[in-house]
Amino acid sequence: MSNEPVNNGRRRFLTAATSVVGGVGVVGVAVPFIGSWNPSARAKAAGAPVEVNVSKLEPGQLIRAEWRGKPVYVVRRTEEILSSLSKHDGQLKDPESEVPQQPVYATNAYRSIKPEFLVALGVCTHLGCAPTHHKGDFDQHVDGVKDGFFCPCHGSKFDMAGRVFQSVPAPTNLMVPEHSFPNDNTLLIGVAGGEA
Amino acid sequence: MFSNLMAWIEQRLPLMDAMNKHAAQYPAPKNFNFWYVFGILASVVLVNQLLTGVWLTMNYEPSGDGAFASVEYIMRDVDYGWLLRYMHSTGASAFFVVVYMHMFRGMMYGSYQKPRELLWLFGMLIFLVLMAEAFMGYLLPWGNMSYWGAQVIISIFGAIPVIGDDLTLWIRGDYVISGATLNRFFALHVIALPLVLVVLVFLHILALHEVGSNNPDGTNIKKPKGSVPPEEQSKFTFHEQYTKKYDIVDAIPFHPYYTVKDLVAVVIFLIVFCAVMFFAPEGGGYFIEAPNFEPANGLKTPEHIAPVWYFGPFYTILRIIPDKLLGAVGMFGAIIALFMLPWCDRGVVKSLRYRCTAHTVNLIQFAICFIILGILGTLPATPLNNMIGTIATFGYFGFFVAIWIYSKNEKTKPVPERVTG
Amino acid sequence: MKKFIIAVLTALPMLAIAAGPSMDLDKANNDLSDKESLKRGFEAYINNCLACHELKYQRYNRTFADLGISDADGLANYMYTGEKVGDHITNTMPAKEAAKWFGSTPPDLTLEARFRSPDYIYTYLRSFYVDESRPFGVNNKVFPDVGMPHVLQNLQGVRTMDEHGNLSEATGGSMTAEEYDEFARDITNFLEYTGEPNKLERQSMGYWVIGFLFILLFFSYLLKKEYWRDVH
Repeated sequence: MSNEPVNNGRRRFLTAATSVVGGVGVVGVAVPFIGSWNPSARAKAAGAPVEVNVSKLEPGQLIRAEWRGKPVYVVRRTEEILSSLSKHDGQLKDPESEVPQQPVYATNAYRSIKPEFLVALGVCTHLGCAPTHHKGDFDQHVDGVKDGFFCPCHGSKFDMAGRVFQSVPAPTNLMVPEHSFPNDNTLLIGVAGGEA
Repeated sequence: MFSNLMAWIEQRLPLMDAMNKHAAQYPAPKNFNFWYVFGILASVVLVNQLLTGVWLTMNYEPSGDGAFASVEYIMRDVDYGWLLRYMHSTGASAFFVVVYMHMFRGMMYGSYQKPRELLWLFGMLIFLVLMAEAFMGYLLPWGNMSYWGAQVIISIFGAIPVIGDDLTLWIRGDYVISGATLNRFFALHVIALPLVLVVLVFLHILALHEVGSNNPDGTNIKKPKGSVPPEEQSKFTFHEQYTKKYDIVDAIPFHPYYTVKDLVAVVIFLIVFCAVMFFAPEGGGYFIEAPNFEPANGLKTPEHIAPVWYFGPFYTILRIIPDKLLGAVGMFGAIIALFMLPWCDRGVVKSLRYRCTAHTVNLIQFAICFIILGILGTLPATPLNNMIGTIATFGYFGFFVAIWIYSKNEKTKPVPERVTG
Repeated sequence: MKKFIIAVLTALPMLAIAAGPSMDLDKANNDLSDKESLKRGFEAYINNCLACHELKYQRYNRTFADLGISDADGLANYMYTGEKVGDHITNTMPAKEAAKWFGSTPPDLTLEARFRSPDYIYTYLRSFYVDESRPFGVNNKVFPDVGMPHVLQNLQGVRTMDEHGNLSEATGGSMTAEEYDEFARDITNFLEYTGEPNKLERQSMGYWVIGFLFILLFFSYLLKKEYWRDVH
């Protein structure tokens, strides 16, 4: 019935063009649906950086802070602990902290900004239990190491820089979260220095 | 490999056959006009409502204490939450716009007449469920208008003799509208009614494809088998389901011809939809009413309670009848009358193009009365408004009485054998 | 059919006229894109309104970000309540006591501009007058028997109403009439912002989406034309 032959090329081009533009539209429509799954302003406000006053922390003492629903261990390490850290490197899985379990500014021998303050998530890298702090009696778990963390669930062991010992299930060192010290007395967990 | 898999599936579940039957080889009359796009548009809005509704549920909190704040949480704290909410609220009004146009199309071209009565009934059931869905959804933001709107509508059931008061108490689940009411409305709005709606839409389309689409001429495109000479046979292939008993004339396959045409309609619709949604999401106070920006307060009635615009026509009929029971009867009667339309109309000619002048006049006066009733529903009940409303109510019901009378021995114009235009 | 549509369209405005009169409100003529005005309004709100009227759906840090205030600046200069920048803008007034003092609890104003309209807020702020019969000695022309004292009287001055309902200045305040109008406009502007913080974003997104749809319309229309050449 058609008087003129069908222009298949034009038909294919227009079909492709409409499909491409329509496809862009579908992607555009998907944006709000996907975007709405991001943490909301409420979640971000609840997960905002946490301030910890560290001025009253005794040498050797550990306090727990809560940040984004997870325990954060803050330990004021003594000179003795700090000097002992380098002595058991041979027994560790990752003594040089090569796995990025810490911010760049805490990738050092003490895994911290200020040597005396260890800030680490109290979440075992094996299956997420909270390791227990052993003060002076850690040698029951590792010979010759007096302080450390022992995970009661599956026996993972960490030293006072949160570094994991060999032959335990935990694969990596304890996570060191972003943190900073706005002043000498205050620790801010969750935000790197310079931003706040 | 792929074609083997497709064949394997096809033997067990004939999906391709169904696609052909309902799209690529479905014979659609070639003379569909502007009025025939609203069915597709209704499906588009339905999908929009389902998707945005599911997403809103992810952050909405169905409780008297939390509902209002959770809507503001969606509007402010959730990324793109405001957009999802406006898509849903604008979609609710858009749904009724397209459904009312779709229904009026059916009335103009006699799409409810034999053999499409069941198709019309499924459509009317969809309309009824849609009204229930919209009404329950309107309570969920828990604004003051939500609250008092629900209060007024639920009280209508109190007009039923003997059981009325107990029935309203049972619907609310409390002595006033409360968190209990909100929770049950939420459950019905997000789960039960959408399921019913989707099933009904499915049946509506199945019923349509069983009897075939009507068209603006009301001409039957299915001719007796063998009655069409070969040179007038369609050059298109239609599914044997349609061709085994009839010769099909003046039809084109739904896909690609109506898919590309409907795409244009959908894009134009989306432009209008987005213009409202992005630049006037309150719809001038008709889509989202100002009193709804105040939390529900059982002790403080908004100065002027009006239902959302799409309930306006039925609400006005309820309001102008000065008796609680009769008012409710009138309101439900207005909906029942629409259900009965296939039997009110005793004519055999479908399209208003070939029916008597009285029919055209009757349709126009019906449409005008319906719009007037709708507008009055959003206005205060002044004596003047009530008088206009009474006249319009007579016009509304008069339509059904008049069509019953003049359609018996109607002077019609000859319906062309083949579609025009 | 065209005749029919025209008939319906002409019937519509006739009914709209029947809608009845609306209250006479002064035009606020505020500008949501004026960040300086929003900042002044924010500051004025905190200093004069927040003690009684919360903005409990709005967060400080969101407000800071939208108004171009840094979190540190905001924490130091705009936050008298709340501890963290992510907190909502609330006050510590006990609701029950407040109901006793004012007859009803001062409402949250986050959504006031959407509930009442910006013009209403602007007019309201400028419509207090002396009325000794009221507990606080003032009344309001657009909100008769208002329960709130005129907290801005020091700024606006004292105004009285004559028998025709016209307001005139009896004693001047610390601001000139123009300054006070500007002040009221800033607060109005800020409340329109809190009513819908996304409004400007929404509108700018709208232009892009509709622009895109026109491109899609162009191609889909050509596609339709192309295929429908088959149909005669």
